[in-house]
Amino acid sequence: MKRLKKFLLLLAAVPVIAFASEAEVHLDKAPVNLSDQDSLQRGARMFINYCLNCHSAASMRYSRLQDIGLTEEQIKDNLLFTAEKPGELMKVGMTRADAKLWFGATPPDLSVIARSRGADWLYTYLRGFYRDPSRPTGWNNTVFDKVGMPHVMWSLQGEMQPVYKKDGEHEVVERLELVKPGSVTLAEYDAMVGDLVNYLVWMGEPGQVQRKQIGLIVLAFLAVFFVFAYYLKKEFWKDVH
Amino acid sequence: MAAMEKLMGWIDDRFPLTATYKAHLSEYYAPKNFNFWYFFGSLALLVLVLQIVTGIFLTMNYKPDSELAFASVEYIMRDVDWGWLIRYMHSTGASMFFVVVYLHMFRGLMYGSYRKPRELIWIFGVLIYLALMAEAFLGYLLPWGQMSFWGAQVIVNLFAAVPFIGDDLSIWIRGDYVISDATLNRFFAFHVIALPLVLLALVAVHLVALHEVGSNNPDGVEIKKNKDPKTGIPLDGIPFHPYYTVKDIVGVIVFLMVFSAIVFFGPEMGGYFLEANNFIPADPLKTPPHIAPLWYFTPFYAILRAVPPMFGSQFPGVVAMGLSIVLLFFLPWLDRGKVKSIRYRGPIYKAFLAAFIVSFVGLGYLGLLPSTPVATIFAQVFSVIYFLFFLLMPWYTSIDKTKPEPERVTG
Repeated sequence: MKRLKKFLLLLAAVPVIAFASEAEVHLDKAPVNLSDQDSLQRGARMFINYCLNCHSAASMRYSRLQDIGLTEEQIKDNLLFTAEKPGELMKVGMTRADAKLWFGATPPDLSVIARSRGADWLYTYLRGFYRDPSRPTGWNNTVFDKVGMPHVMWSLQGEMQPVYKKDGEHEVVERLELVKPGSVTLAEYDAMVGDLVNYLVWMGEPGQVQRKQIGLIVLAFLAVFFVFAYYLKKEFWKDVH
Repeated sequence: MAAMEKLMGWIDDRFPLTATYKAHLSEYYAPKNFNFWYFFGSLALLVLVLQIVTGIFLTMNYKPDSELAFASVEYIMRDVDWGWLIRYMHSTGASMFFVVVYLHMFRGLMYGSYRKPRELIWIFGVLIYLALMAEAFLGYLLPWGQMSFWGAQVIVNLFAAVPFIGDDLSIWIRGDYVISDATLNRFFAFHVIALPLVLLALVAVHLVALHEVGSNNPDGVEIKKNKDPKTGIPLDGIPFHPYYTVKDIVGVIVFLMVFSAIVFFGPEMGGYFLEANNFIPADPLKTPPHIAPLWYFTPFYAILRAVPPMFGSQFPGVVAMGLSIVLLFFLPWLDRGKVKSIRYRGPIYKAFLAAFIVSFVGLGYLGLLPSTPVATIFAQVFSVIYFLFFLLMPWYTSIDKTKPEPERVTG
């Protein structure tokens, strides 16, 4: 019986071993910290300045930015470019037909982009643009080959050029090299993208910080309830033998 | 008090309230030796109620329209008061329903709860399981994400594999040539009214049948064989209320702690309860590179993929998948063992059950992965074991060396 159990355990583990080695694009770890309101506010500003011209976030209301410490006045005075009131949704003026014509694909809505792509993918993607004259926009990307989106933040990061290495028969991008500096250093650019991704993660579910706080209260309540229920059961079952 | 008694008397003359309460709670005698595995029946009932209640509130704000559905879910998540909680409870509840039901079914396998005289309880239970799978599948289309759309596309296309009438059948199901607004509307109707009605009715008959014959127990012996000669109450039976109601409350709280931990701290469950790709709105022109059904369907999906196409048709795989569920209905008659419970079974049955569980879990794991040659071989081996567990059952249960059952339940 013991030997059988061992064999079955081994059998169960085989698929895990057999499929563990799948090649994937390396992603850098995004510095996500939803309790850092300064970072979220900087990210929100980046988002509205750089992303919200082509991409919408049509499930997100400007007024919700109050959750990350901005006042209604601050939102009204600094962040409303295309909207009239803070209660409006983050929509863009560009029509889907125009977008398709200009970029080859409609820029996706970014409301829940962090939930579908993941923070690390976004962080790597936004730092992965490089010069590629064969592309209509002049830009390509390390994690999203032949991407339709141009490098919107190129004036910040500067221009990157790929360094190739041989991988069997193909040439792959090994790393990127700065050839024309932008207005900030690469480290500063990484930090800015980190803020932006932090914001995108927050925007994916603005209630998530509150959700975890409530969760602690619920679990604490259930723990207390458990003690009562446990002793109630014990009391009732005293006479069962 | 007298007024209360008078009122009860008035009701009882017109409706069997006291009699029903006694028959199903205060004088329903359950074996006193239920263990951990006996929590999952009442928990399944709890999750059913949770799904219905959260579902009602979701319906108040959800829009079954292909243009609006995806955004309406985000509207619930952001702008509806406590909408996120209702939605996460519903999405977590769907997966937890299957967790609980799978453990409940495993209990039945271990202790022979499907054996005479409980064949109908088991059959009603398998029907509940089928209805639950349909309910989950239909509901998964409603958020209208990429996985909703393409998952539904793949499953409905299975019907297209039926010879001769397949194409017409799949169009009839979809109401269109592809999954579309028409499909969304009818799936919504089935999900919120048709199947919940079927589920509730099946749960009711499942319970009526159970209370008619009485519960099995971890020893697999009939407590009704040893009754107190004076009262006629089984010697090893205790009234369901208050004994099992207070015990089940403990189980409910432990379950709710697990449930809440998921809802509040990890509602996506690493992509198993809410898939990342389902946060992309459905796009009929963009097929995702890897389409996997949700985890509770993957064992059957793996069986489907394990069967190679024959004569250029996927139909054999579809048949195998259907058969893998249909076989469950015959379980009471496939089992020829002298004892019910695993406690008194011989080593052969134990080995087959263990291999079956490993295969089922293995198939579930493989069903999540993209199909590769190695994975397919594993899925084929596991599928064969899955089927042999049922098909060889009359043989191995009758030759197995069982231990004698005790006269009365033990501890």
